[in-house]
Amino acid sequence: MKADPRGVLTGIHFLDGDHACCEGALAAGARFAAGYPITPSTEIVERFASRVPKVGGTFIQMEDELAASITLQGAVWGGAKAFTVTSGPGFSLMMEHIGYAAMTETPCVFVDVQRGGPSTGLPTLPAQADMMQARWGSHGDYEIIALCPNSPQECFDLTIKAFNLAEEFRVPVMFMMDEVVGHMTEKVVIPPADQIDVVPRKHTRKSVEDYLPYGTNGDQVPEMAHAGEGYNFHVTGLTHDEHGYPNMTPPVQDKLVRRLQNKIRDAADRIALFEEEQLAGADVVVVSYGITSRVAQRAIEVARDQGLRVGKLRLITAWPFPEKKIRELANKVKAFVVPELNLGQMVREVERSAAGKARTFAVSHAGGGVHKPEDILKVIVEASKCQSI
Amino acid sequence: MPEHLIDIVNPVEPFLRTDRMPHIWCPGCGIGTTVNSFARALVDSKIDLGSLALVSGIGCTGRVAGYVKLDSFHTTHGRAIPFATGLKLANPKLNVVVYSGDGDLSAIGGNHLIHAARRNIDLKVICVNNLIYAMTGGQTAPTTPDHSTTSTNPYGTFEPSFNLPHLVEAAGAVYVARWTTFHVRQLSRSIGEAFKKKGFSFIEVISPCPTLYQRRNKLGDGLDTMKYYKEKSKVRNGAPTNEVGLTMTGEIIVGKFVDRDRPDYQTMMRGQFEQSLGEKYIEQDQPETVCS
Repeated sequence: MKADPRGVLTGIHFLDGDHACCEGALAAGARFAAGYPITPSTEIVERFASRVPKVGGTFIQMEDELAASITLQGAVWGGAKAFTVTSGPGFSLMMEHIGYAAMTETPCVFVDVQRGGPSTGLPTLPAQADMMQARWGSHGDYEIIALCPNSPQECFDLTIKAFNLAEEFRVPVMFMMDEVVGHMTEKVVIPPADQIDVVPRKHTRKSVEDYLPYGTNGDQVPEMAHAGEGYNFHVTGLTHDEHGYPNMTPPVQDKLVRRLQNKIRDAADRIALFEEEQLAGADVVVVSYGITSRVAQRAIEVARDQGLRVGKLRLITAWPFPEKKIRELANKVKAFVVPELNLGQMVREVERSAAGKARTFAVSHAGGGVHKPEDILKVIVEASKCQSI
Repeated sequence: MPEHLIDIVNPVEPFLRTDRMPHIWCPGCGIGTTVNSFARALVDSKIDLGSLALVSGIGCTGRVAGYVKLDSFHTTHGRAIPFATGLKLANPKLNVVVYSGDGDLSAIGGNHLIHAARRNIDLKVICVNNLIYAMTGGQTAPTTPDHSTTSTNPYGTFEPSFNLPHLVEAAGAVYVARWTTFHVRQLSRSIGEAFKKKGFSFIEVISPCPTLYQRRNKLGDGLDTMKYYKEKSKVRNGAPTNEVGLTMTGEIIVGKFVDRDRPDYQTMMRGQFEQSLGEKYIEQDQPETVCS
């Protein structure tokens, strides 16, 4: 299905990442947002509030993030594509409802423009320290998808992707921006609507009698119905059977929670997006994402000028983590270098996936700015000198 | 059983998920009684059931969503109202009922309660007030009357309790009523009236929890509580809500306290956009009905 042209601002623009994210949401068909103001994400919903009455949709500013993160889910079950936008402290408040969306299989998008933490931290300055929270923040076993844009153009393109993945898998998708990507202004090309692919809701075509709200047809993703269509379905955050009815027995729990996990894990290769460069023959591979990938690019180029064989792997999908890709590379390279604006989060995944076949070097940064390329370079040089395992 | 009695169907049965019976509520609990009154209000008001959605939070009353044969949502603790807000705004054709307990709506969900009333979101809120956190074993709620014994105030409560009709009237509700589970017909009528209002309607139903509130406070069983409701309830329609606070064994003022009109959220939103944007305003797409 192609995008609804009413929401697509086709043309060449000079936009910051926050505004580009909003345009991506509109192009993807989002017609509902619920938000609560928080720096550095607010510009996304400010623009949405300005644009959406002219394209046929609704924005509501809620009383807090707890409300925003569940209001959007009400809107999804009412038939809308919906999202919310926040930063660290608000993201923390939304965690319960990320679990609710995972459990009830409510397709929706949570945008987190990351800033320095913990707590109020650095409201106006960048970090990438919510990456583990995005994956594990709500209680219980569940899977989500998380994407990491590194430019305003990607804030547009990948927001559409985020909505499409949410609909395809009926899962909450975390859109993990950072303050720098959110506030940097660059060229953003918005294509014509007929060149934008949009995944529609996986709506059931079954009759009321035949419809099983949480039954699956082999692909692990149930078909959805909306309120007011006569299906009289039940949705609950309790452990539920295929009817959607509460059934709190270990076998039903096992079946449900494994399906929620496997519908994402089994498709991990397809969901995993990354950008790679000169991986063949590399001694060292720099693994990075978001704004840090752009700083790392400079370090990689200088290292290559010095004769080092350095490959680049930029994670676009952070979760599910592309462990297969890292595992394959670990057999070929000496070391991974992982710069990120935190004290060591995704580097743990790299290390785990490398499984002792290659060394892993973190280049940590507590946030508040970006790395200096020379700090990353220093570690690349060090890593190049290490012995293969 | 005589043959001619077997085919008799309880008039509320079509509204219930009978495949989920028996329910979880205790003997003497009033929640089932309120559901009966609710179902009868649906019969009497001839409301289109296809357009009706019911949203609950967490707790004993939160389980209502699982027993009604409607599009029903059992959400998170305290968040039934914001979920219902999203549902209503995304599809304004829906009639959205929030059915939850006093702890869920006025403690953990208290912020959403007052803001939804302030915005005048077109929701019908039925708050079953059993004066206690029942599902978790009888802890103090914001509604627990002074000096009651609870599991978390074993020597008696001393915090003042919320007067919910007063709270929601002050916050902006257009319809506020209170009944007890003794007043099944009046409750049913009030629910029917709320369906006719456009805006935030709030109906409080005082309901026994014999297992955890009445027993622990030596107030007898479910039947004793019904007798108390019968003897001590006083109908005062239009009573000033600041005079309707509850005590443990005193008078219960019941009736319709507030019935007023002001534009609901979506009417105000539409008006504002039409004024500011004129022809540029595009009203929200109405979801199509897909059901075959």
